[in-house]
Amino acid sequence: MTVNMESVDNGVNVEALIGAREALTATPEGAQFEWRASCAWVRGTHTQSSVESFFGLGEEQKHKKKFVYDADHPELFASEDNGVTPAEIALVALASCLTAGMAAIAQHRKIQLRSVVAEISGTMDIQGILGIDSDVRNGFQAIRVNYKIDADASPDEIKALVAQAQKRSAVFDVITNPTNVIVEVA
Amino acid sequence: MRNITTVIIGAGHAGLAMSRCLAERSIDHVVLERGEVGNTWRTERWDSLRLLTPNWQRRLPGLGEEGGDPDGYATMAETVAFIDRYAERIAAPVETGTNVVSVRRTETGYLVVTDRVDWHCKTLVIATGACNLPSVPRLVNALPGTIDTVTPLGYRNPDQLRDGGVLVVGAAASGVQLANEIQRSGRQVTLSTGEHIRAPRMYRGRDIQWWMDAAGVLDQHYSQVDDIERARRVPSLQLVGSPERETIDLNALQETGVKVVGRLVGINDTKLQFSGSLRNHCALSDLKLGRLLDTIDAWATMNGLDGEVGEPHRLPPTKVDENPALALDLASSGIQTVLWATGYRPDYSWLHVPVFDRKGGLRHDGGVVDAPGLYVLGLQFLRRRKSALIDGAGDDANALSNHLSAFLDGVAVPPEQRLAS
Repeated sequence: MTVNMESVDNGVNVEALIGAREALTATPEGAQFEWRASCAWVRGTHTQSSVESFFGLGEEQKHKKKFVYDADHPELFASEDNGVTPAEIALVALASCLTAGMAAIAQHRKIQLRSVVAEISGTMDIQGILGIDSDVRNGFQAIRVNYKIDADASPDEIKALVAQAQKRSAVFDVITNPTNVIVEVA
Repeated sequence: MRNITTVIIGAGHAGLAMSRCLAERSIDHVVLERGEVGNTWRTERWDSLRLLTPNWQRRLPGLGEEGGDPDGYATMAETVAFIDRYAERIAAPVETGTNVVSVRRTETGYLVVTDRVDWHCKTLVIATGACNLPSVPRLVNALPGTIDTVTPLGYRNPDQLRDGGVLVVGAAASGVQLANEIQRSGRQVTLSTGEHIRAPRMYRGRDIQWWMDAAGVLDQHYSQVDDIERARRVPSLQLVGSPERETIDLNALQETGVKVVGRLVGINDTKLQFSGSLRNHCALSDLKLGRLLDTIDAWATMNGLDGEVGEPHRLPPTKVDENPALALDLASSGIQTVLWATGYRPDYSWLHVPVFDRKGGLRHDGGVVDAPGLYVLGLQFLRRRKSALIDGAGDDANALSNHLSAFLDGVAVPPEQRLAS
């Protein structure tokens, strides 16, 4: 609480984000984005996905470079463990989305973050994916995220940060709400 | 066709307050009312409804002395009588039984076509209210035909519902009040809630509305708010005006047996799907209430009230099941009725003037609509947090009639937010 408001720096360019929000309020077409990934089967349960292009602000866009992700399963599933499981990638996506949002919101609220660590876990009854019991869902029973946050803010301000990050998170929405999924074969 | 300086559409408390303010400025005007004075209060409210604000908080310009219990909450019959009395006291020029069919811009003002006589005016005030139509999500179309649907505008009392379970969607004031009443009628209620705001009826021995009024929360001006569009969409507080002064937040409702689930987000055949965000929505509500009570406590200390009123305290956090239901099968749950308490919206289908934003709302700056000489009042946070309350109509009507008067005089009016409020 002793921090000088001007010196708050979480490495987030909030002015640019607010500028984008204003511009996109005026031209909602530009707000239409498409996120993509390309996933190739390697061998066994090992896949390699790459992410490079996306669409937004009315035109094709590119990341600075191509990012590559290996996914696989651990050896106890008789796999080679060339990467984490896709379900773990979902946890990574949720935790990183919430945490990134928190930094932006903290910057906007003039809260200096010193450290933010999220421990995330999802419980899963694998009788679902193995088809042993059709009453058991494939996905997580529940996901728990536990934050340790060191910041120049009161406990309630920190709780409000965490709540607002959930409210504004894309991946939190993807996980908590149904989405139509269309899978086709070319 | 008749000519007049100003036409006010709607003789509810807002239109009448505007009438009073125009009369004070000697601006000739007429108030057109489709039914009788206070029509919406007469015809579109459920039987048990009382105002959410105590009787002392019904201040209107030129109202004069009111009898009765200042701390009571008026029933609809009392509210209608109150508005009738007000119309009479200010001798408002109301033309009842006059339905406005269309409004169009002319070179010098507006042409108001009604089902009786037509009017031409230089300035027009829309006071038709914010709650003409129920705002129901498109999901309603996916409900099986065997399920009854009802909105608060059509709901009167639990007797009109079939026996069996009821899903109430939405937990603002309407939703929690109806969930409470229907649960007590012996029907199992499931309440689906997204963002909501809890509030205790009484805090430190005073009505929460008293605190918000005294501490200036209700007077907050729209120019002082970061994101006014968002502030205008905030759901109403979970309040009920009852003789017992009861609090009906989610904890109180759960104690009566109401089951709370997350926001309704999908319907798949007979299966309802609820969002997994319930816990966060409850946390947001708890935090928001905490901030309101902090504001109140700080104000009480600053104004030396700490010895006079009760001790500061905080409410227990909202109880959320360890695993709230994410799905419910209509076929087996016993739910026979879905009540959509998902909000209301105004009806501007008669207004043929290009003043709409992309979501069908009016483009306006504190009630000054984006067309010369056109005004609106009675909307959520129009100029102040209290704008949609009966108590908010006076300040808004006063400010807007100043603007209207300057417009008629041909005075250049500065941008609204810089106007002295």
